Amino acid sequence: MDAIVIRDALIERIYEKMLDDDNIFFISADFGAPALDKLREKFGGRFINVGIAEQNLINISTGLALEGSIVFAYAIAPFLTMRAYEQLRTNLAIMSQVRDVNVNLIGVGSGLSYDVTGPTHHCLEDACIMNLLPNFVVFSPADHVTAERFVDYCLGVKKPKYIRLDGKAQPRIYHDADRLSMEEGFVELREGSEIGIVATGYMTHKALRVAEALSKRAMTAGVVDVFMLKPVNERKLYETLRKYPRLVTMEESFLRKGSLDTIVADLLLDNNHHPRFTRFGFKDRYVFDVGSREHLHKLNGLDEESIVAAILSKTSAESNPVGP
Amino acid sequence: MGSTEFLKQKAAWVKRKTLEIHRIAPGIRIASALSCIEILTSLYYGKVLSYDPSDRYCENRDRLIISKAHGTVSFYPILADLGFFPPEELGRVGKAGAILGDIPDCSVPGYETVNGSLGHGLGVACGIALALKKRGRKEKVFVLSGDGELYEGSVWEAIMFAAHHHLGNLVLIIDNNKICMLDYCTKILNMEPLDVKFMAFNWKPTVVDGHDFEQLHPRLMAMKHEESDGPRVLIANTVKGKGVPRLERDSLCHIKALRPEEIDDLLLSQKD
Repeated sequence: MDAIVIRDALIERIYEKMLDDDNIFFISADFGAPALDKLREKFGGRFINVGIAEQNLINISTGLALEGSIVFAYAIAPFLTMRAYEQLRTNLAIMSQVRDVNVNLIGVGSGLSYDVTGPTHHCLEDACIMNLLPNFVVFSPADHVTAERFVDYCLGVKKPKYIRLDGKAQPRIYHDADRLSMEEGFVELREGSEIGIVATGYMTHKALRVAEALSKRAMTAGVVDVFMLKPVNERKLYETLRKYPRLVTMEESFLRKGSLDTIVADLLLDNNHHPRFTRFGFKDRYVFDVGSREHLHKLNGLDEESIVAAILSKTSAESNPVGP
Repeated sequence: MGSTEFLKQKAAWVKRKTLEIHRIAPGIRIASALSCIEILTSLYYGKVLSYDPSDRYCENRDRLIISKAHGTVSFYPILADLGFFPPEELGRVGKAGAILGDIPDCSVPGYETVNGSLGHGLGVACGIALALKKRGRKEKVFVLSGDGELYEGSVWEAIMFAAHHHLGNLVLIIDNNKICMLDYCTKILNMEPLDVKFMAFNWKPTVVDGHDFEQLHPRLMAMKHEESDGPRVLIANTVKGKGVPRLERDSLCHIKALRPEEIDDLLLSQKD
């Protein structure tokens, strides 16, 4: 299986675009990647390291963009979004309602990508707080094909965008990039009839495995990958989800705070549609435990086995209700 | 009429208009707006900056980034007078449907960016200056900042950036009125000597009396036209609440509003 670090594929695609367009800048807050070395060397004048200064990263990027440049601003996801949140709000979210600001934030290490580095480097908030900001596009790819596709989108859409990237190599999901429609923002990767699993980013891979495991237990499960958290085509997403009598969401985010689970729950509620609904993600506390990503998932009930067991147990409880 | 006399007359008119706005918009930061009138008057009526009210984002305009947006309601009369928006707007600041509120942003023609929150202007200006420099453009980027705003750490991130990238097309004007919201800056956290700090960060500082056109205007003109291999800062020493004795004496003047009858008296006293 061709597992590729999404970040590297994304940078490679930006590199190609920078060859053709000298209006593209790449700004980093002293954060690198092996794939970035070539870009730094080739485009010395258009690669700028602002130092460990995320606030200035956003402000410099804004200034360049106000002069018509296309800017990719690059940093580790939690610091990019949270150290500089007020800069994102003022100079990108607010400003872009009046002026064109094509700044594309690349946040590396969403969720528990940086597993053993502790709660400062975990990023369970970014999807929630970035969805909060008007005028922002929020992108959450599960594989490198999706991320590459997003680069093309970035060049043409003069709005601020946030792309949350997994820090680790992930297998390819999309073999046909044409399945990815930025206007729709999601793809039903697998159709089912009894349960629909809606997932994003890293958890889309796990959702596919969970669906497979459920099918072995005679439960047909669909999987929907939401790669565009904002804006997602809500009408089409609802049309896709409404057929499922049971829906679950899966993400590496805090729950009930505006991320994927909230988007889906609100969509169902707005349509007065009430399937059985379960959210899988992180509860309202930080993760101090040490260990691999899968170890941490297990501690939080997010490993494949726990999720399958939780789904089966809920299904069985609902079909054999204890009552009254 | 000499240019200084002309600028003085313009500044007096801007001050009257600002006080008139304050009468209908009591929430504006009048003291802060009064300290930078000569600076704004020099930049616009003194023909330091290039601009085109009919094409607000024209490529050959100089960029003025007003980082102390809350304290520039005194810029409204200038913008209206120069044709950025209809003068009638001055009579309805803060009213329903008006384009002008107590704190301006880039929805107001003549304002480039959003600066209701402090500490953003210089960094954004650095990005603009870098883009212009890379394209070989001759336009300059001026930033108007307060001195209290220098407490924001993001400003110093930008100060380091501007020097490292030799942004000779960037000019920071500090309206050094020496008072924050609650007290004198020297009492809150003393930043003096400011010029020495900027020198240590590889900036070129100049200190002037920010109310004296004979010092202020030629210096700004020189900063617009002279070549520089690095960023420059003009520390304009000003008085917060300039021209209103009750405000000038008060360390809390930032949050003080004038009563309507006080405004009438002030307008009467400077009719000529």
